[in-house]
Amino acid sequence: MGINWGKYKYPHLFDEMVNEDGSPKLVAQKLAAHLATIADDELGYLKSTAELAIKEMGISFTVYNEEGGSIDRQWPFDIIPRIVSKKEWDVVEAGLKQRVKALNMFIDDLYHDQKIIKDKVFPKELLSKSKNFRPQCMGMSPAHGVWAHICGSDLVRHSDGKIYVLEDNLRVPSGVSYMLENRQVMKRVFADLFSDYSIMPVDDYPSQLFDTLAALSPRPAEYPQVVVLTPGIYNSAYFEHSYLAQQMGCELVEGSDLVVNSDDCVYMKTIYGLERVDVIYRRIDDLFLDPEAFDPNSMLGVPGLMRAWLKGNVALANAPGAGVADDKVVYAFVPDMIRYYLSEEALIPNVPTYLCMKDDDRKYVLEHLEELVVKPANESGGYGMLIGPASTKKEREKFAELIKEDPRNYIAQPTLNLSTVPTLVDGQAEPRHVDMRPFILSSDQTHVTMGGLTRVALRKGSLVVNSSQGGGSKDTWIVDEEA
Amino acid sequence: MLSRVAGNIYWMARYLERAEDMARLINVNANLTLDLPKGLSPIWGQLVAITGAGDVYKGDYEERSVLKFLISDTSNWCSIVACLSYARENARTIRDVIPREVWECINTTYLNAKDNAPQALTKRGRYPFLQDIITSTQMLTGILAGTMNHDAGYTFLKIGRNLERADMTSRIIDTRSANLVPDATTTKATYDNLQWMSVLKSLTGYQMYRREMQVRIQRQEVLKFLIRSTAFPRAIAHCMNEVEASLKGLPGHEKPLLAIHRIKRQLDAVEIEKLKQAELQHFMDQLQVGFACLHQELQLCFFGGAYETADVSASMTQSA
Repeated sequence: MGINWGKYKYPHLFDEMVNEDGSPKLVAQKLAAHLATIADDELGYLKSTAELAIKEMGISFTVYNEEGGSIDRQWPFDIIPRIVSKKEWDVVEAGLKQRVKALNMFIDDLYHDQKIIKDKVFPKELLSKSKNFRPQCMGMSPAHGVWAHICGSDLVRHSDGKIYVLEDNLRVPSGVSYMLENRQVMKRVFADLFSDYSIMPVDDYPSQLFDTLAALSPRPAEYPQVVVLTPGIYNSAYFEHSYLAQQMGCELVEGSDLVVNSDDCVYMKTIYGLERVDVIYRRIDDLFLDPEAFDPNSMLGVPGLMRAWLKGNVALANAPGAGVADDKVVYAFVPDMIRYYLSEEALIPNVPTYLCMKDDDRKYVLEHLEELVVKPANESGGYGMLIGPASTKKEREKFAELIKEDPRNYIAQPTLNLSTVPTLVDGQAEPRHVDMRPFILSSDQTHVTMGGLTRVALRKGSLVVNSSQGGGSKDTWIVDEEA
Repeated sequence: MLSRVAGNIYWMARYLERAEDMARLINVNANLTLDLPKGLSPIWGQLVAITGAGDVYKGDYEERSVLKFLISDTSNWCSIVACLSYARENARTIRDVIPREVWECINTTYLNAKDNAPQALTKRGRYPFLQDIITSTQMLTGILAGTMNHDAGYTFLKIGRNLERADMTSRIIDTRSANLVPDATTTKATYDNLQWMSVLKSLTGYQMYRREMQVRIQRQEVLKFLIRSTAFPRAIAHCMNEVEASLKGLPGHEKPLLAIHRIKRQLDAVEIEKLKQAELQHFMDQLQVGFACLHQELQLCFFGGAYETADVSASMTQSA
């Protein structure tokens, strides 16, 4: 009958739901008890109901496929939620706000006086080699001094029980729609569980996003013209682009729907003629935004967009150039930034990071490749990494060469033992590793999502949670025990 | 509303309507085959002709291969599964505009059609499959009417649906008026009757014909009903009235309106009772040219044609 917690193999790491002695954690007791009483066939039924709901709702992500064909894949979802107590989350929330505030001050400083470099807190040579620093943005002052309006920071919990920030995504972070849809699926499938808990709602994200974007409008208005700019239907996050536009009641535009006129304002082509656009939530990378300013071959962008932005006629979120702080080397300096700009200590620690550009660090990294995870500074999606303990000698030799050739481009971190959450495998719960991506919105105000997208590595023992590489997701419950 | 989005809504409506029409057409044809004497059943081939896909069809005119072509062959842009997949792709690019229930319904309809298509090739599985398509598309029409804002977007939906409907009615008249007997003035009255009944039934117009015309099934009367009725929702005149009324709610509608008025004048002027088979077919061709012109004007006026210099192709399919 149901999930037998006595058989749950405790992985000798940190589990989010179960104590070392096999008993459920306080916050998860009601959930564990509920799962234990569900009959086996009903558990299977719930799982397939969730899968059907996902199929019907058309929740999908896109995988590039050379033949064109079927490119939309269903979103893998596990029905056992991850539970975090509100008390713990409050600390995380404060830490994320602090972090994003410092990051925005850092970006603004880099594009103005570069005080942090003059005060020798941040090394000058890092900036000159940064791939995402845009000299075109020098002197620009976006509204409220905010460059990264939407930030997705990845959090992990190590076996010591502490939560760490693994990376900050400041360019075009995705995943928030899955967070929202996961909750919808859970409500369809597990309605009775919701009565056991007071779970903090997540559904207000789209209206918060709209408020965040509307506050950037160069023309003051109650409902400025806000649009979502997508690369189009073949982008892996297209589902999310249309979802957010729908939820915010905004137009979803492609580059070809927009035009910059001789007055340096942005317009969209409508059935009534051209209409002025105030705010663009762009889901296109910097370099494709404007063929006049960046890649002249870009078919996705809008010629003249940078011109319009620099003149202050349109707001772009995130601002071009914000990606300069989305760099794994810059990441290592975030605690220093928090100290420098806010005179505070970081509330959420960084994962200890070795910078290969520093001689001592590089020496250590090259000697300990087998124990470390080596990451290039500017890749995302889990590509181009070396996972030391799982690597071959040949791979390690290759990375040693890469590091020596371009030390600035590599960092190394100890291999983290990501915490686990019980995940339904063949009718029983098995531990699977998870991370979590909360989203932080900043303009005139700052909001943090209640929880975030919990990604789970569905393969046994795997630490890779990316959807493109066999990852799935779970609903995340921030539970207020006092309510 | 974005021009591109207006175009996508319009095409979504056209493809949904086309899928429904194809399902009706196949259903009725299957019924008719059962009634006809054994020697007289070349009518499956006629279905291919109706869609205008005769050029790309490489199979024989046996029931099974024609059905496969019309139901599940995705290289045929008029097959039911292809139409639903195009409707879905259009819906996917405008998920932000259409109500969520509509997207879910289109998605489910497409997935079901794709999965169940093999059953539709058997005589037993055919009827439930086609009926399912018809019910689902009708349900979509209902959900759209009941949940989508009746704004410019909905107007383009109605325009797309009615234009496609008129086009399909003209194609059915074009091909089905000729196939069993050379001309209505010759004999074979029994089958003549059957044939015109089937024409009406493929447009679910039999009952409505009886109510409105109150005469027996006759070639002239059926044609008058299908071409000129302003009450029957699939009659050409009715569809054109609907498009005209919809257009009047849109800005800058002068040119498409002119194209409609041209079609309506043709509908008024023609003396249906005097049309022999060849003239009737010629008249239907003229109407189809008129529909294509109307589409072209819509493209220029609303769907971004005026923003581009590239020329616009008006055809049965959506240009990229």
